[in-house]
Amino acid sequence: MSGLIACHHCDALLRDVSAPQGARSRCPRCGAVLTEDRAHSTDGVIGAAIATIALLGAALALPFISLRAGGLAKDAGLIDAMEAAGGAAWPLTLAVGAAIAAIPVARACALIYVLAPIRFGAQPLRGARAAFRLALELRPWSMVEIFIIGVVVALVKVADLASVHLGAAFWIFIGLACVAFYEDAALCRRTVWRMLR
Amino acid sequence: MIAAAIRTAREMGLVGCHVCGRADRPAAQRRCGRCGARLPAEGRRKLDAVWAWLATGMVFYIPANLYPMLLAGQFGKTTESTIIGGAIDLVSHGAYAVGAIVLIASVVIPLAKFWVIAHLALLTRRPARDPHRALRYYAVVEFIGRWSMIDVFVVAILAALVQLGFFANLAPGPAAAFFALSVAATMFSARAFDPRLIWDGASPAKG
Repeated sequence: MSGLIACHHCDALLRDVSAPQGARSRCPRCGAVLTEDRAHSTDGVIGAAIATIALLGAALALPFISLRAGGLAKDAGLIDAMEAAGGAAWPLTLAVGAAIAAIPVARACALIYVLAPIRFGAQPLRGARAAFRLALELRPWSMVEIFIIGVVVALVKVADLASVHLGAAFWIFIGLACVAFYEDAALCRRTVWRMLR
Repeated sequence: MIAAAIRTAREMGLVGCHVCGRADRPAAQRRCGRCGARLPAEGRRKLDAVWAWLATGMVFYIPANLYPMLLAGQFGKTTESTIIGGAIDLVSHGAYAVGAIVLIASVVIPLAKFWVIAHLALLTRRPARDPHRALRYYAVVEFIGRWSMIDVFVVAILAALVQLGFFANLAPGPAAAFFALSVAATMFSARAFDPRLIWDGASPAKG
C-alpha cells in the first residue's frame, strides 16, 4: 500500500508523487497545499538549521539588554537574566528558555540528523522518522519571533522608569526569526516523508 | 493522475496518517507504518481531546484576567494591573500601537480562538455547508494561536529585569502562569482537532 496518501485536510486518497518542477501541487478536493518542489530546499533547510544553532550560541554569549539609570550602567545577557529570574518564577523562566533556546536547538539538531544523510546520498539514519516527527511537532512551540515582540512591549512598558537599551543579542534574535521564516518556507514535509520511505 | 471521481481514504477502507499522510490498511498495532505516529481507532481523532483542552483553556483564562499581571510601585503606592489594565495603561501613555498589539494578542485572539474551535467542533455534527470556509478558519486558528504568548514573554522579561536589580518597584503577578497555561491548552486543542471531520459529511464525488 505504499505510494498512497490521504489529504491531511479532507482525506482524499491521492498518489504520493512530487510536485512538478518548481511548483506546488494542491489537493483536487479541498485545495490544501500537498507538496512543493523547490530547488535546493534540502540545502536550505540544513543551512537554516546550522544557522539557528550558530546564532543562538552567539545570542546567549552576547549582552542582551543594557540599562542606564542615575549614572549607573549595567549589561545583562540572556543567561544572566534567566539565572536571576530563576528563583520564584522558575517555571516561567524554564518555559521561556525552552521556547526561545532549547526547542529551536532541538529542532535544528533533529532536522540536520534527518536531512544531512539524505543530502549526501546516504541511507537515512536510525530513528530519522521519529526525529522528523519530533521536529514537526515542536515547531509551534519554538517561539523566537513571538519573544521579539514581547521584548519590545516590555521595553515600552518600562520606558518611563529607566532607559533600557538593546544589546547585540537582541538583533541576533531578529536574525533567528528570519531564519525560522525561511526554514518554514523551504521545508516541505511531504517531500521529506517521501525521501524517508 | 487524478481519477474522475475522487475517493476518500476512508471510502477505500484505508486510514490516512494525520502526521505524515501515508494511507494504509488499518493495522493491528495502530501505528503508522512510515512515521510511527499513533493512529486513532476509527481513522479520525476524536473530539474529546479538543473539548477537554478547550475547556481547560477557558477555565484558566478567567483567573488570567482577574489576577494582576504586573505589580508596579511608585512613590510608595502599589498599582496592580491586569492584562486588560496593562494594555489600557500603554494606550493612555500614548503607546497606541503597542497597546493594541497587547490587546489583540491577549484578548481578541484567545476569545476568537475559543469561539472558532467550539464552532468547528460543533460544525462536524452535520455535513458542512461550506467546508472550504471552515478549513480557512481552522488554518487561521492554528497559525495565530501561539502569538497570544506575547504577554507571557513580557512578564518573564520584566521579572528578569527586576531580579537583575534594574527595577525595585516592579513585580510580575500570578496571572502570567494562568495565561500561559490557557494559551498552551488552546494550542493543544487546535492541534487535536481533525479537519477531516469537517469533510466527512461533504459530497465525496465533488472535485
